[in-house]
Formats: sequence, structure tokens, C-alpha cells
Amino acid sequence: MNFDNTAPIYIQIMNLIKKDIILGKMNLGEKLLSSREYAQNLKVNPNTMVRVFNELEREGVTFTKRGVGTFITESEEKVEIMKKEMAEDIVRNFIQGMMELGFNFNDMIELIKSRLDKEAVQ
Amino acid sequence: MTSVLIAENVSKGFFRNKALHNLDLKIEEGKVYGLLGPNGSGKTTFFKIAAGLFKPTSGRMTVMGYPIGAETKKLTAFMPTDDFLFGWMKIDGILSFYTDMYEDFDRNKALEYLTFMELQENMKVSSLSTGMKARLKLAVTMARKARLYLLDEPLNGIDPISREKIVKMIMGAFRDDCAVIISSHLVSELETILDEVIFLDHGTVVLAGDAEKFRLEKSCSIEALYKEVYHG
Repeated sequence: MNFDNTAPIYIQIMNLIKKDIILGKMNLGEKLLSSREYAQNLKVNPNTMVRVFNELEREGVTFTKRGVGTFITESEEKVEIMKKEMAEDIVRNFIQGMMELGFNFNDMIELIKSRLDKEAVQ
Repeated sequence: MTSVLIAENVSKGFFRNKALHNLDLKIEEGKVYGLLGPNGSGKTTFFKIAAGLFKPTSGRMTVMGYPIGAETKKLTAFMPTDDFLFGWMKIDGILSFYTDMYEDFDRNKALEYLTFMELQENMKVSSLSTGMKARLKLAVTMARKARLYLLDEPLNGIDPISREKIVKMIMGAFRDDCAVIISSHLVSELETILDEVIFLDHGTVVLAGDAEKFRLEKSCSIEALYKEVYHG
């Protein structure tokens, strides 16, 4: 895994795990690897993983059973909310980036439409 | 949180040169620190004082509450940049040497690390390549159960594969009851493993703090921050 070193690594790992949940690569209620195992696999500091686990739990994405481990939420509703939040983040970044380039909203929509048409052809 | 090392107002002069100048630093348990700065910023001098090899000209330094001395040397594992292992020894000889020298040396751990580093006990030290020597140095240093690890430029002059192994091994050996300080100017290799960064310049701390916090607040990598700090 290559990280973008210009953004906090724990946030990138959180997003990675959230994406896996949204895409169904990880099932609801499934047990996560331990933070140490994650740290080893991703080659990051164990403290970074502890932070990831704490933050995921605080956001309600995961929950901990004492002495058993950390599990993915069982709520489908939560996954839907997560999906919306992540999509909104992407859209917000897109709009911000386009505004920095001097695009107005109509130009943006036009550009997206023409891009989507091209994708559809391929 | 327990402080492993505390430096208060530490200065060290070599004749007219000031290598360290009123340095204040607190190193806490359970964290990996990056001691960053260009050549001549005082990184090695700091390590040598912490390891008990130099006496500071003024100021105070303690490890686990003890003033630097025989007691702290037991708690501190220092890996210098020099090629300090005896060339005429075989690796198993080095292991016996470490077993005799350090109470906290764990031979089984060392063997485990050697396997990971793809080194064999019957290899002669003088026949090892630069990368292999660097791996060996690190393996025997981390096989001590110290409270403070001081790694001076573990990545300098090392090929990418050895660098990756070295970074992986440091992370594998890291425990909650110790602190690791890694000095380097190869910042990008360390990005993912540092909890805290300390920038030294002309023997004093110019900037220090949580690596993730810097990324969040400045939206830049530690490497970019490094360039910002030293380009002025």
C-alpha cells in the first residue's frame, strides 16, 4: 500500500477500511484483524493503527467486544450513511478543485456529462 | 505517559564549535521519533551524549530518571553509524559477544531477526556487503530488550531492499514499553512509521510534534515540511 504522505495516514487507512465495507469486501459483523496485524501488513506504526481503530469506533463503523476483538458494525443503515459521507467528500473536493480552476457550476455539469458520455461509449 | 529520556538545556561544545545549544527534549514511552536535520545539526552528538559516550558541556540528561551513566547504559541500545562490529568474527561470535556484553540481549530474538534479514550465523563479518552489515547491526541492536533505542542513520547508504527490511524490522521489534529514536535525512522512507518528528538545526530543536498533526494542519508530507524548515 502506498500512502499519500501529504495527508494523515490514519485517515487514509480509515477510508481504505470503509471502502472495503461499502464494497462488501468485508461483511457486516465481521471480525477485523488485530491492529498489530494491520500495522504489519500495511507497514505502518502500530500507534497509527490504534488511532485508526479508535476513530472507527468513535464514528460507529466498528465496535469492540472486550477480550474478543474489533468487529464491523452490523447496521446496514450505518454503511449507507458512510457511503453518502464518502461520496459527499469526493464531490466537495471536486467542486473545490474546479472552482480553483475558475469553472462555474454549469461548466462543471457540462464537463461531467460529456465525460460520462465518453465512459458510456467505452 | 512515562518519559524515557529528558534533556534539559543540554549544550555541547567542541573547542569553538557548538554542536548542541540549549537543547530541551522529552521522549515518551511507546513512540517512534524521527530525529531529523541536515549533516552537522547535532543528531549524532545528541545520541552520543544519551548513550553516555560524550559528556555534555552543560545541562542535564536523564534516561528513565537516572542521570546518564552505568545505569542508563543498561537501558539504552545505541546503534552508531560506524562499522563497529569486529570484522574477524563470524555472526555467531557477534551474538556471543552481545550475550556477554548486555544483560538484556535476547539471543533467540537475534536469531529470529537474522533469519528475517537473510543472514546466516556462519557468515564472517568482513565478508558482508554494506547492506548486510547494516542489517546485522540493526538485528543485534534491536535484539536487546532496552527501554530506549537510538538508531543513528540506519538507512544511510543502503539499497532499497535493505531499507525496506530495516524499516519493517524496526516496526516488528517496537514495543509499548520502549521509545525508538531514528535519526535520518531520508525522511520519505520513514513517513509511515514515525509518531513524532524532531527537527534539529545548529544543535537546537527548531520544530517538534506529532507527524499526523503536521500532515493534517499543513497538508504536506514530513519530507516537504523538512524542506520548509531548512530552506528557511
